[in-house]
Amino acid sequence: MTAALIAEQVLNGLQSGIMLFLMAAGLTLIFGVMGLINLAHGSLFMVGAFVAAATAAMTGHFVLALAAGMAAAAAAGALVEVVVLRRLYDRDHLDQVLATFALILIFTEGTRAVFGSFPLYIDLPLWLSGPVTLPFGIQYPFYRLALIALGLVVAGLLTLLIHRTRIGLQIRAGENDREMIAALGVDIGRLYTLVFALGAGLAGLAGAAVGPILSVQIGMGEPVLILAFVTIVIGGIGSIRGAFVGALLVGLTDTLGGIFLPEIFKLFMEPAAATRTGASLASMAIYILMAGVLILRPTGLYGARAA
Amino acid sequence: MGARLLAIGTALALTAGAAATAQDVRVGMITTLSGGGASLGLDARDGFMLAIEQDGREGLEILIEDDERSPDRAVQLADRLVQAEDVDILTGIIWSNLLMAVAPSATAQGVFYLSVNAAPSQLAGANCNPLYFSVSYQNDNLHEAAGAYASSAGYANTFIMAPNYPAGTDSLTGFKRFYEGELAGEVYTELGQTDYAAEISQIRASGADSVFIFLPGGMGIAFVRQYAESGVDIPLIGPAFSFDQGILPAMGEAALGVYNTANWSNDLDNETNAAFVASFQEAYGRLPSVYAAYGFDTANLMLSALDTASPDDAEAFQAALEAAEFDSVRGEFTFNTNHHPIQDIYVREVVMDGDVLTNRIVETAMEDRGDAYADQCSF
Repeated sequence: MTAALIAEQVLNGLQSGIMLFLMAAGLTLIFGVMGLINLAHGSLFMVGAFVAAATAAMTGHFVLALAAGMAAAAAAGALVEVVVLRRLYDRDHLDQVLATFALILIFTEGTRAVFGSFPLYIDLPLWLSGPVTLPFGIQYPFYRLALIALGLVVAGLLTLLIHRTRIGLQIRAGENDREMIAALGVDIGRLYTLVFALGAGLAGLAGAAVGPILSVQIGMGEPVLILAFVTIVIGGIGSIRGAFVGALLVGLTDTLGGIFLPEIFKLFMEPAAATRTGASLASMAIYILMAGVLILRPTGLYGARAA
Repeated sequence: MGARLLAIGTALALTAGAAATAQDVRVGMITTLSGGGASLGLDARDGFMLAIEQDGREGLEILIEDDERSPDRAVQLADRLVQAEDVDILTGIIWSNLLMAVAPSATAQGVFYLSVNAAPSQLAGANCNPLYFSVSYQNDNLHEAAGAYASSAGYANTFIMAPNYPAGTDSLTGFKRFYEGELAGEVYTELGQTDYAAEISQIRASGADSVFIFLPGGMGIAFVRQYAESGVDIPLIGPAFSFDQGILPAMGEAALGVYNTANWSNDLDNETNAAFVASFQEAYGRLPSVYAAYGFDTANLMLSALDTASPDDAEAFQAALEAAEFDSVRGEFTFNTNHHPIQDIYVREVVMDGDVLTNRIVETAMEDRGDAYADQCSF
């Protein structure tokens, strides 16, 4: 186990954590502002990826494909908010879960009808592909570094938006007291649609951005959705900063656990069994992390509300 | 997720008159038609249905369902097909973890199970069942050949990797059975994993001289693309599943020149195979994969057995299946005592044929190979 390998694995963990942040940020905003549990968030991730793949295949232009994926997911999000979810804000969470689960099925079958059952792939443009050599002789795929940079830029912009703009002010106010800001003359319906579209757009961007490294396939959003829920529970529901820290924790735990647990088990077990046990335990690691955080801080790391 | 029901032959049966329906043979096919494993199930289904359509007989009903690679879903579907739809034969499952959840209980209820793909070691040895047949292989087989190939190609420090599920364990066990060198690393990944960055970093650091991967379907595509992107250039080897026709186009040139082991190939030289490849291409507009070949053979085996016996007479039907009186696309085909095939296994190379990536046979790796578990099986 060399230092270069550990550094490389930390980069891998950061990259998956940053992408997870894009998903979790939208999810936590939507829950924080509207109190809505949106299971269909993974479907918006999938929509972003599929639209990006189709755009890339048609135009061959990668940046345009990213933008199209994000825009399509935001548009799909806004449409869903106006047509379906608007009616559910006053209902309890079970109704919301049922309705957004139905949306997953509709998005899944709809995507299948439009794009077919076979996975799609996005080819990277030449300027983004191939490995680069980092200090200490670490070789790393350039595109994954670009993803880390993209995620950090989005995180920065999001922080500015929430803390430095009028819209951000309304979003923060909406998290605290819905009736009051409605009484102050803010068009709460429009604000909700906007927040939902923003969250959906972030999910779509994440889907489009990981398209070139993963396969773009039906149901690709659900595993990420589960991780995103774990992330916002760890970070504290409603908190963007919590989502950021939570996402990095989950990404690093998941990646480093997968590598180091089997190595640790090899110290006192036969290698084949150690690999299997380690791999099984590694897939539990993030849930153990979540349980640990919840025991120490029941509202999550940055959760404001008392449980 | 709506259950898709495809009934072929019912229309014919109806026009043939009500008398025929009493003897209708009902076949349930549970396979993966959506998600990252869809290309495998679609090919198995299309190969199977091609044989059924070419045969064109009446009184045969095929019910096709999508298991979404979920064991729970597969069990639900199997329960419904066996108990409500009263099927005589089940087939179609691609993934060993799903097969382990379905086949033992189906055969316990007196239903025949013919496997188009998955064949876990558990069902080949002590837990074998007279009603269970694997038409494809025993899980270890292609990986055994890959291990033998790695040694004969002079590799002495191989990094081996497979998903953590029954077929993944069988895969690495099989590889190690005939591989003589050292292991640079042995890693189990998650089934359906799409990001292999961490494993690729491990491979880079391991000092391996070759990398053996068992990553079927979308997993293989994701890995090979990421591997090419990472700049690691240690040669890859694998079973046919990691480089089959269904996923090669999506892997692109990164797969070119890779050696993999298979019990079938597009260019396998026999009459039945030439006709199969041509008719599959004509019917579906693409080249068949190993899964399509297994599906086609499974249907033809079943049809050959139906010619001489009915599943209602389990003993006679079992004997008819054991005889394997059909023309296999693999040439010579016989069943071992544990209802798993005895067959040749080849080494193939990924080549560019015109503008299509495909496999060409390079040499024979193992002749008349059975499996390591047959002597533990007694009916």
